[in-house]
Amino acid sequence: MKFTKNWLNDHLKTKKSEQQIIEKLNAIGLEVEKVEPIKNELSDFIVAKIIKANKHPNADRLKLCDVDIGGKENIKVVCGAPNAKDGLITVYAPPGSTIPKNGMKLEISKIRGETSYGMLCSGSELNLSKDTDGIIELGQKFNNSIGKKYFKNKDSNNVIELSITPNRPDCLGIRGIARDLFACGYGDLKEIKNTKFKKTLKHNLKVKIEKNKNQACSIFGSCLIKNISNKESPSWLKERILALGLRPISAVVDITNYVMFDLNRPLHAYDLDKIKNSILVRNSKKGETLKALDNKSYTLTENMCVIADDEGPLGLGGIIGGVRSGTELDTKNLLIESAYFDPTITRKTAKALEINSDAKFRFERGIDPQSVKDGLLMATKLIVDICGGEVSNFDIQETKKFKKKIIKFNPKLVSRTIGINVKDKDINNILNKLGFETKTKVKNIEVKIPLWRPDIYGEIDLVEEIIRILGFENVKSIEPEKVRTKSTLNFYQKHFHLAQRSVASKGYYETITWSFSDEKKNDKFKEDLETIRIINPISSDLGVLRNSLYPNLIYYVEKNLNRGFSDQSLFEIGPVFTGNRPGDQITVICGIKKQLYDEQYYKKVGHLDIFEIKRDIIQTLVELGINKDEILVDDKSPTYYHPGISGSISSKDGKYLFGYFGQIHPKITLDTYGFEIYLENVVSFKSHNKKNKESLLLSDFQKSDRDFAFLANKEIKASLLVEAIKKVDKSLIKKIKIFDVYEGKNIPLDKKSIAIKVTIQSDHKTLNESDLSDISNRIIKSVEEQTGAKLRS
Amino acid sequence: MSEFEKKIAQYKEKINNSKNLRELVVINSEIFGKNGILNLEFKKLGSLPVDEKKRFAETINKIKQELSRIYKVKNNEILDKDIIEKVQKEKIDVTLPEKEFKIGKVHPVSQVIDEISCIFSEIGFSVEEGPDVENEYNNFTALNTPENHPAKDMHDTFYLDKDMKTLLRTHTSPVQVRTMLKGRPPFKIIAPGRTYRSDSDQTHTPMFHQLEGLHIDKDINMGHLKGCLNYFIKEFFEVDKIKMRFRPSHFPFTEPSAEVDIGYRIENNKIVIGEGDQWLEILGCGMVHPNVLKNCKVDPAKFQGFAFGIGIDRLAMLKYGINDLRSFFECDYRWLNHYGFDPLDVPTNYRGLSR
Repeated sequence: MKFTKNWLNDHLKTKKSEQQIIEKLNAIGLEVEKVEPIKNELSDFIVAKIIKANKHPNADRLKLCDVDIGGKENIKVVCGAPNAKDGLITVYAPPGSTIPKNGMKLEISKIRGETSYGMLCSGSELNLSKDTDGIIELGQKFNNSIGKKYFKNKDSNNVIELSITPNRPDCLGIRGIARDLFACGYGDLKEIKNTKFKKTLKHNLKVKIEKNKNQACSIFGSCLIKNISNKESPSWLKERILALGLRPISAVVDITNYVMFDLNRPLHAYDLDKIKNSILVRNSKKGETLKALDNKSYTLTENMCVIADDEGPLGLGGIIGGVRSGTELDTKNLLIESAYFDPTITRKTAKALEINSDAKFRFERGIDPQSVKDGLLMATKLIVDICGGEVSNFDIQETKKFKKKIIKFNPKLVSRTIGINVKDKDINNILNKLGFETKTKVKNIEVKIPLWRPDIYGEIDLVEEIIRILGFENVKSIEPEKVRTKSTLNFYQKHFHLAQRSVASKGYYETITWSFSDEKKNDKFKEDLETIRIINPISSDLGVLRNSLYPNLIYYVEKNLNRGFSDQSLFEIGPVFTGNRPGDQITVICGIKKQLYDEQYYKKVGHLDIFEIKRDIIQTLVELGINKDEILVDDKSPTYYHPGISGSISSKDGKYLFGYFGQIHPKITLDTYGFEIYLENVVSFKSHNKKNKESLLLSDFQKSDRDFAFLANKEIKASLLVEAIKKVDKSLIKKIKIFDVYEGKNIPLDKKSIAIKVTIQSDHKTLNESDLSDISNRIIKSVEEQTGAKLRS
Repeated sequence: MSEFEKKIAQYKEKINNSKNLRELVVINSEIFGKNGILNLEFKKLGSLPVDEKKRFAETINKIKQELSRIYKVKNNEILDKDIIEKVQKEKIDVTLPEKEFKIGKVHPVSQVIDEISCIFSEIGFSVEEGPDVENEYNNFTALNTPENHPAKDMHDTFYLDKDMKTLLRTHTSPVQVRTMLKGRPPFKIIAPGRTYRSDSDQTHTPMFHQLEGLHIDKDINMGHLKGCLNYFIKEFFEVDKIKMRFRPSHFPFTEPSAEVDIGYRIENNKIVIGEGDQWLEILGCGMVHPNVLKNCKVDPAKFQGFAFGIGIDRLAMLKYGINDLRSFFECDYRWLNHYGFDPLDVPTNYRGLSR
């Protein structure tokens, strides 16, 4: 919503400055978004100085001037004026500006082979005088103004742009803004002059609102104006239309716009001669079309509110008019419409047709139904003043009476809500000034809500009005108490934060990627999950909710690779979607590593392998509080992992899946390893298996290491051997470490050799040779029985 | 001097003159070995009369101790000399790079969420969460945002179904609804999380982060709201004073509603928060609308309170001088390295928010 202080003065008698008003508007919730000088057709003209007036090489009567226009460099302007000379200060018109005298738009042009950037102006060209003999000569006092605008606004009026919240349609009119300022004590609200003029014509066009289900229109006011001479608007009106950021079109159109912004009262002007017989406000039929004033054709569906004549729709009620009945400069006879359209229905129609207009913007927010007459009055008066003509009586069709709401308001709610006491007298005063009628009852104030405030529903809305006008600076800040009755993070959240920092401490950079992904990329990772499509995605490559964190991470790893990072570890902790209902999501921590060969001077860094990724996932689990002896590593994994180089980690009993790790399938991406941890499962496992730290028992008796080498079938998992050894004696076997796995020379083709070091120690005594050989034999026996492996001789 | 004593004197000299460990080892076995002179002398013990035995043994032991001492001194001397010689030969160019230590980084948004949680923890708020996919009711209707109301235009919503019943939450406010529906007042929560709007340009991303705050009790008024936000902003920007202003605004779910601006100025192309005469909008807040309380089965005649919503990404940008919102989600390794936080840098109450 744009306005100028000047315009505001029509409604508000105030001594406050523009700056004071701007600050106040901000303080009462009418946010000032921008303040900028009015742009008009004269603001382009600049004070300039001729530095050197050279002779034009190809024309005796022309000069090629070097002109200082306040920029870094002088520009060249060809000038024919005899008085153009060195040092002359004059007025310069840049390319793109329009010469007021003849309406010519300047362009950069060649004059007799020399390029001229704009023009130096005479008094007559600027409509300042009749002087055509030469360019304007400005005195030396303009020496400091070079580069500045020649035409300063007389009252240095700025355009003030407000961002009006959707609850305040009344402030989409300057009247409403003035009323709010009045309520703050910023001047007096002027009465709207109700000048009467003769209505000499009879309104003889039949107008009817059809009774339809969901009829948007409930008031349709109109009048005829005949024998006008439509013309360009006078300059005061043009200036205001320009201030609104609109383009002046003709007096009739400009006046309807003017009234809309002045009173927040949208109007529509029809060319009466183009209306066939009568006006019927009705719901549209399916398939009807309308060529609208935005030059687009719309095909209507059922039940959209149209203003129609016998031939069909003339316009969409409260949204946009049609070309067929539009006014032109030569329009002689008018029908002016001032109507009320229902906010919700109007919004639905405009949304369905994707139309935005100033009228729609206002109607969907709620227009004062009582302004129908005021709007007609103001518009007709202006039209008759400017274009002449005769006016008919006003025809007001009304299918619904609008009654003012009454709210019983307990003034105590004010102090209860905002924490400060406000006197009943002040409450009444503020409300009255805002246009609310109040009647004090025993406990309550009975408040009658003006129809221009459709946003006021209940007591709390009135509280807001009071504090808004009083100012939030009057609310006393209360220091918060430093008491905590509930722990800040719950069990799950603690693990989330721990997991995040745990993975980050292992060299991974945390990323945050979109919760959406590209469907094709996502498909590679979705396994059995359903595809969750967004109906209106921002772009097709962000069309689905992600079923895995991998697709985005892999995409970004590859992007970084192109930036030259050959050694990367990234991770994300965030939602993965498993369905399209609220709550169908899990939290996954996904780490990804890509390392191309990297040579260091002290040692050659080996190629990244699965055991590095396995270390990272297991260590993270350990840091999250899961003991190594509580997990089961298996070789099952989803299809997006390399089938031979990947595995899963779950609880021993297999009930809780903690995650997967391994190489990403080479058909998806090369040399990339990753892991996924399912946080909810980890937390759930922990809350079902709560344990205290066991007390520490240390043994100082001698420990012995025994090495074993077993020949096992290739497909036997090493973990089986470890398990078999563990079982032999939990108290004596302190540590089992696989230190070599070998296939190849001296080993049968289908076998591998696994070398294991077992540390044996008793808590009670020093073990002797026979104890040790006894346990060694039991280890060999257990391994041989359970895995089929044989001790290498 | 007996033959033995002469030999001992010779050995002492031999020890003292020995040049290296190899010589010393030989001398060692000649003296202390199985057939060393000491053992040979000891063997004489058997043939001595009883009364002399004791004296004889004492003498030899004394000699043995004396020799051991001299031997040890010499041995250490040679060892030291060897180490010194070796050390003198060892010289490493210490300007060569150190071994790479790989520590990761925590995303600034995560860091800021931790900072925020830490600040609100101090004044008794606990953290709540809600799902990213929401239903129309929790995201709009329960929050007093009627169907087909222009207020909805402020939220360009991503929908998951044609009926527009499931959507990606456009704000964290549905967590208010969920929290109130599942519990009983008082409520004192913050809810950080991902939020979504179909908007993408220089200053908007289709996904961003919001922090919701809600405090409902018997007598919580706007004074508490003001105090709470003032405390938060001061703590967050780690300044003693903060210039702040509340501007009335409109949100369907709060009444009265306000937007909060903080003062700033630009100094050397950098933003200084808390002072100056420029204003920067940083959050929206207000008293929870009675309709919202009713929708959440809380009696507005008995309970009232405030709610607020803050853009987390924006806070991070302001505090850590990040210019481009989109860069948060572009995963540029250089950016992550520069703006990311050391995982050990955990914001805490007792140590402070940032190092």
